[in-house]
Amino acid sequence: MIRLEKVNKWYGTYQALVDVDEHIAKGEVVVICGPSGSGKSTLIRTLNRLEPIKSGRILIDGQDIHAKDLDLNQFRSHIGFVFQQFNLFPHLTVLENCTLAPIRLRGLSRADAEKEAMVLLDRVGLAHKASAFPINLSGGQQQRVAIARALAMRPPLMLFDEPTSALDPEMVGEVLLVMRDLARDGMTMVVVTHEMGFAREVADRVLFMDQGRVLERAPAERFFQNPEHPRTQKFLADIRTPFSSAV
Amino acid sequence: MTTVELIDSYWVYFLVGQYPNGPLGGLALTLILASAALVLAMPLGVLFGLARLSPWRWLRWPVTALVFVVRGTPLLMVIFWAYFFLPSLTGFKTDQFTTMLIALVIFDAAYLSEIVRAGVQGLDRGQVEASRSLGFGYWRTMRWVVLPQALRTMLPSLVNQFVSTIKETSLGYIIGLTEISFIASQINTQVFTMPAQVYLILGLTYFVSCFGLSRFAFWLERRQTQRVSLTDNSKVT
Ligand SMILES: Nc1ncnc2c1ncn2[C@@H]1O[C@H](COP(=O)(O)OP(=O)(O)OP(=O)(O)O)[C@@H](O)[C@H]1O
Ligand SMILES: [Mg+2]
Repeated sequence: MIRLEKVNKWYGTYQALVDVDEHIAKGEVVVICGPSGSGKSTLIRTLNRLEPIKSGRILIDGQDIHAKDLDLNQFRSHIGFVFQQFNLFPHLTVLENCTLAPIRLRGLSRADAEKEAMVLLDRVGLAHKASAFPINLSGGQQQRVAIARALAMRPPLMLFDEPTSALDPEMVGEVLLVMRDLARDGMTMVVVTHEMGFAREVADRVLFMDQGRVLERAPAERFFQNPEHPRTQKFLADIRTPFSSAV
Repeated sequence: MTTVELIDSYWVYFLVGQYPNGPLGGLALTLILASAALVLAMPLGVLFGLARLSPWRWLRWPVTALVFVVRGTPLLMVIFWAYFFLPSLTGFKTDQFTTMLIALVIFDAAYLSEIVRAGVQGLDRGQVEASRSLGFGYWRTMRWVVLPQALRTMLPSLVNQFVSTIKETSLGYIIGLTEISFIASQINTQVFTMPAQVYLILGLTYFVSCFGLSRFAFWLERRQTQRVSLTDNSKVT
């Protein structure tokens, strides 16, 4: 479904992605992890062209996403993106957040869009908050609404950039549960996260990035039991015992 | 003649000019002119503001130049342009009201465009990214996500702009527009003996209108910051 070929990306003189080659199959759940600044966000943001690339190719469903004749907005509407900071629209209610794009872009009637949105809100456990404004929700609730908003465009592919990093610890679980259910329903997902429990249980494969390169890629099981690269081993050790390695 | 007699004999003239027996003037004309100018300048200011932020050079540069020229020019100059230059350019002469309206709209739009620009730029970048990632294009993002939020934060500035506009209408005096300052000076000529009282009343009238609106803007601003802090504390889980 997603194919990256020798993707290179520069921020000025800094190379943020180095020769990234990758293939992600339909229905696969891929977790990307790695130290801060390793290029995880950059990589996931190139997939819906929030970031341009310098060279290489990205194909989604066989379509070169940098092709001249690509309808960028149409293309993006088929990819759900969930941000670390939720980015809900504060001037709209929860329900309106979820119906704005379906009404304006998919051309649904308000009634149909609301019906669909309520199903999605129910799925993330927030149907009872439909008429609330984002500012009155907890972080975990906001992120679940953000997921529902993305799903409202019925994308076959969902991208998550550290969806739980901005949350208080007690709210991480509720968001991960929603994501797990989504994965079980067969959604193709690329998830940047440090939640190794989630990766172990839900991911099919894990990619480890460092300094703009994908250093290791392995099925989740093997990734955690037998990481090959020394950097991966150190990374996994560090996040298991963050305190002792810092001392 | 006493002040009471002055007010008694001229208050209608002061408020509406010669209306209904002649053209509308006075305070009514001032307020209508200021409102019309702001209402028309608003969409233009939004367009200018967006043009100045647009990624397209061919749109950004000319509008930026226009805004800079107008902002670096006294309103009086703009009025002279509209009064003397515009008719020779377009070939037909407009009346004083239209001339003044055109001048005010251009002048206000330039200032409003800066307010719009600040409002849009003050918005979190994540808002635009969220909208774009849903599939909204540049203009639709502006229409549905950016402007509704930016306009809300701009509301107090808009009221303040209205206050400025009311004061600016007094410059219509120089092209013989019968707004409130012009009427006051007419009354002064007729009465002749009471310039202090006449201009004091004129000053008071401006002050009451403008001060009232300024307070209103202040109240709007306070209500906004209050609403944010209030809802911040009442986060529920
Ligand atoms: N807009 C930008 N301009 C310049 N440099 C950038 C920009 N965005 C990211 N970078 C740099 O590119 C590198 C990769 O950044 P990226 O955000 O992809 O890392 P990350 O793996 O997501 O890190 P984190 O875990 O902190 O989110 C970093 O060194 C960062 O400083
Ligand atoms: Mg990141």
